[in-house]
Amino acid sequence: MIIKDIVYKYGNKRENLIQILHEIQDADPQNYISKENLIRLSEIMNIPVSDITSTASFYTMFSFQPRGKYIIRVCGSPPCHIMGAETIFEVISKELKIAKGETTSDGLFTLEETSCLGVCAVAPAIMINDTVYGYLTVERVKEILAQIRKKEGK
Amino acid sequence: MNDKSITQVLVSIDSNTVLSGARQIKTKLITELSRQGISEEVRVIETGSIGPTNQGVVLGVFPGGELYANLTEEEIAEFVQERFVKGRTYQKRLLAEKLPEEMMLQEYDSRKTQYYGRIVLDNCGRINPEDIEEYIGVGGYEALGSALQEKTPEEIINIIQASGLRGRGGAGFPTGLKWSFTFKEKKYPKYVVCNADEGEPGTFKDRLIMEGDPHKIIEAMVIAGYAVEAEQGFIYIRGEYKLSIERLQKAIQQAREMNLLGENIFGTDFNFDIQIKIGAGSYVCGEETALLNSIEGYRGEPRLKPPYPAQYGLLQQPTLINNVETLANIPAIILNGPDWFRNFGTENMPGTKVYTVLGHVNRPGLIEVPIGITLREVIYDYAGGISSGEFKMAQIGGTAGDILSAEQLDVPLDIQSLQALGHNLGSGALLIMNDSISVAELLTSCMKFFAHESCGKCSVCRIGTEYLYTACNRLRKGEGYADELENMRDIATTMKLTAFCPLGQSVAQPVFSALKYFKNELSKSIKQNKKSFSPTREKNSKVIYYS
Repeated sequence: MIIKDIVYKYGNKRENLIQILHEIQDADPQNYISKENLIRLSEIMNIPVSDITSTASFYTMFSFQPRGKYIIRVCGSPPCHIMGAETIFEVISKELKIAKGETTSDGLFTLEETSCLGVCAVAPAIMINDTVYGYLTVERVKEILAQIRKKEGK
Repeated sequence: MNDKSITQVLVSIDSNTVLSGARQIKTKLITELSRQGISEEVRVIETGSIGPTNQGVVLGVFPGGELYANLTEEEIAEFVQERFVKGRTYQKRLLAEKLPEEMMLQEYDSRKTQYYGRIVLDNCGRINPEDIEEYIGVGGYEALGSALQEKTPEEIINIIQASGLRGRGGAGFPTGLKWSFTFKEKKYPKYVVCNADEGEPGTFKDRLIMEGDPHKIIEAMVIAGYAVEAEQGFIYIRGEYKLSIERLQKAIQQAREMNLLGENIFGTDFNFDIQIKIGAGSYVCGEETALLNSIEGYRGEPRLKPPYPAQYGLLQQPTLINNVETLANIPAIILNGPDWFRNFGTENMPGTKVYTVLGHVNRPGLIEVPIGITLREVIYDYAGGISSGEFKMAQIGGTAGDILSAEQLDVPLDIQSLQALGHNLGSGALLIMNDSISVAELLTSCMKFFAHESCGKCSVCRIGTEYLYTACNRLRKGEGYADELENMRDIATTMKLTAFCPLGQSVAQPVFSALKYFKNELSKSIKQNKKSFSPTREKNSKVIYYS
């Protein structure tokens, strides 16, 4: 979808900027807001690039770096922490050979840490794109990653 | 809906059970029932959470109220055969506890006989949240009808004030008073905003209310709109809450089709509509003025108060902002009156409270109980006790909440009793921990969260959170400086007194309470013979010290 259509869909008003940014990011195969899109959006909405960047960078869900097809968000808040979230993070990091905020070389996974996902009853939990996984153990995490890899044929 | 002769199977559909495959099980159940030729006699009904939250897919069967948990897809054929064809209980997955008979779906029977005395969650698990007819069937939108046709805005505000309802988002401000402030402003348009940006770690009550009973929020918002003379409402909801967004969108659509939203609602000349605004991952946006900035499409930084949102809120217009749980109390209060509401809870804080009980307990999950019960009752009567080891501490009200020790187990959980000890009730998260977790470990995790979520607008919070995080991290490793605890208290005090918004001010809570109740343990984390803190000694610190 091109930027103009997205802006048109929500209406060219400042109040709709965040919803528009969400949609631009979701429409990009690399899950991010590219510089070209940012400039285009700035022209259409008549808001300076610096202003949009300032707003977008405030929110953790927006990224200016290309990201993987699957974004793994590991909850790092206390309820998950006391149930062993740190181990889960390390396992994923080791398994994919990437650190926090990095993307695997095949462009499949990006590893991020997030604040509470609101599924604390099933802690420790992670979110991969729109799907939440709970009651995680080391084995279960490896299994989930293997399943995705298999699905993608890698 | 009166099908007492028919067997009902309630399938609990919420984020937790969906993860365990509840949707697939529901489909399989329906297929299997029709294969056995009994789909006429057994009705499969999708509901919100019906209780157990850590036990996979949960089913309830009526009459009888049997509760089954951890069912797998493979077992469904056998389950149907045993339970519905042969008519025996399916022992393998049967839980000892039973659902109360009142949860069986039936004709509207006055809200006064609700099970457990639930107010907020009375419909969660009883009705299909995606069907407006079912909500209407249990008395939904009746409060709205009575409000619009029989009461003036002043009368409604008086009822809410008389009920003594206080905000359930954390600050506990009297709701009726808030409504009257917005009502008094004579500047139009006015707005009603529902704060569904539930970011407090350990809290997910609002999510389950929205997933289980979205129409209640809509009904309450329309009543609020009528009472404060607003015609437009916004629900600001976290981007992570996909199912809540989906269900609210569906509910708004259905309400519009039945003219419960839109123009001339209930044949009166009152118009009201609701729009959903999706957040993008920011904790501070739960603060009401930051939330307004975010709705307007700016950075979610808090504004200076006063002026309060009641005077200058969204787009500088008078705005009423209420939390999801607060709003969920409104229809029942309008319908049953303030005196009925005061039957629950304490004199100072009537009503019920929804808590999320987490951590090392046998049954983590959601409970709604009268305000004023103690932590001990929550842990041992509702959450099934400590899962392993001994009770050590509890953090109440989320990451910004106080850390209590075993000595505070019998303090009633209400604003007055807690304030007497210098504590807050907070958002309703109760994180219970056993002796496997050290206080320094917990504090580090909390401070890491704040250091990340501090919006950076004021330096006290930006630098203070980062300092406290590094200090707690030193304690966690047993490398604390000689004067570490005093420094932490100083920084926390400064933040409490001078931070710009409640986020920065509340960081002090866990630090103060940990120093108060666990000073001995923390003192042990001070490294032997280590010197006092000096900025120049700290390498690789993100904090810049000026000396």
